[in-house]
Amino acid sequence: MFSRIAGTGSYLPERILTNHELAARVDTSDEWIVARTGIRQRHIAAADETTSDMALIAIQRALESAGVTADEIDLLIVATTTPDNIFPSTACIVQNKLGVHGFPAFDMQAVCAGFVYALTTADQFIKSGAAKCAVVVGAEKVSNIINWDDRNTCVLFGDGAGAVVLKADEETGILATHLHADGRYNGILNVPGRPVANAVDGEAFVHMDGSAVFKFAVKALSAVAEETLAKAGLAKEDIDWLVPHQANIRIIESTAKHLHLDMSKVIVTVAEHGNTSAASIPLALDAGVKSGRIQRGQTILMEGIGGGFAWGSVLARF
Amino acid sequence: MENIEQRVKKIVAEQLGVPETDVKIESSFVNDLGADSLDTVELVMALEEEFECEIPDEEAEKITTVQQAVDYVSANLSK
Repeated sequence: MFSRIAGTGSYLPERILTNHELAARVDTSDEWIVARTGIRQRHIAAADETTSDMALIAIQRALESAGVTADEIDLLIVATTTPDNIFPSTACIVQNKLGVHGFPAFDMQAVCAGFVYALTTADQFIKSGAAKCAVVVGAEKVSNIINWDDRNTCVLFGDGAGAVVLKADEETGILATHLHADGRYNGILNVPGRPVANAVDGEAFVHMDGSAVFKFAVKALSAVAEETLAKAGLAKEDIDWLVPHQANIRIIESTAKHLHLDMSKVIVTVAEHGNTSAASIPLALDAGVKSGRIQRGQTILMEGIGGGFAWGSVLARF
Repeated sequence: MENIEQRVKKIVAEQLGVPETDVKIESSFVNDLGADSLDTVELVMALEEEFECEIPDEEAEKITTVQQAVDYVSANLSK
């Protein structure tokens, strides 16, 4: 039994924040940001707009594209680092907003690797027969954990949500998945704050050692792509589309170069979306599908990496 | 077989997209060859691949010129 992506959907907040606006606030420039990250703008959620609000819209769009109604869902996984509340899980909040109840719903916290972790988990549920119609959504209000006075990090991130509907399929679908984590690298990318006695102990902002993250990411993403292809018995030439986590164009280009993959086979949304953490892969996937680039029957390789460090890949026939 | 200096210069030229003739032994990646911080990370990764070695981050930070790269590789390959 395979899990097949039956539909995709995404949502981006209305407000667009350009590099020029950021340059008016911190010591940076459009040229500097574009050269080092490829990012030109990012979407920022409204003050009263939550992660679950964005997830809901992305899911509704994915359900529509799959021709599935909410009452057919039997599993919901929300990949997020920026949940609405400490608890309940954002998945339970989203389930309630969808107006359907009873089936398992939970959050997956693997930061920017959250979507591949959640997709891999849902795939296991479907393969084992425990679910037949799963919804996996990556949704993030990263703007909540950004220090808007830190020029090293505030230019990188954006908000948004992307969802897929996975249905059990006897013919094809997800071909291979690989997940990894290495906690020794937790120091180079984190949000150290924790809630204590009705206050936050430590900074609740993203901290990052950009160069160290870059090096680790390129190596890990190249290695996991090769591992996944080997398991599926496929060659690099068999990949129709690479749909990578959209952190930084330089990481994407460097990874593609290591894989000897032409950039014309890579879905890139980082210029318009910035890094939307767990939402970036499904946002890019939906952009690829809706623009007609990703076609039924094609082979796509999704891969993500984030704080933890946690990383992984999902190879699928669309 | 090319010597270490020639191999290092070739990699520097490839990674930074500059003509090999512009890469001198005394060239600084950032000041002379226009590299930014991520270019230097990629350069170190390319050196690691070419010479099949692991360059620790604290050592990599000290490699800012062609000469320093040649010196590091020479010292660590002969061990």
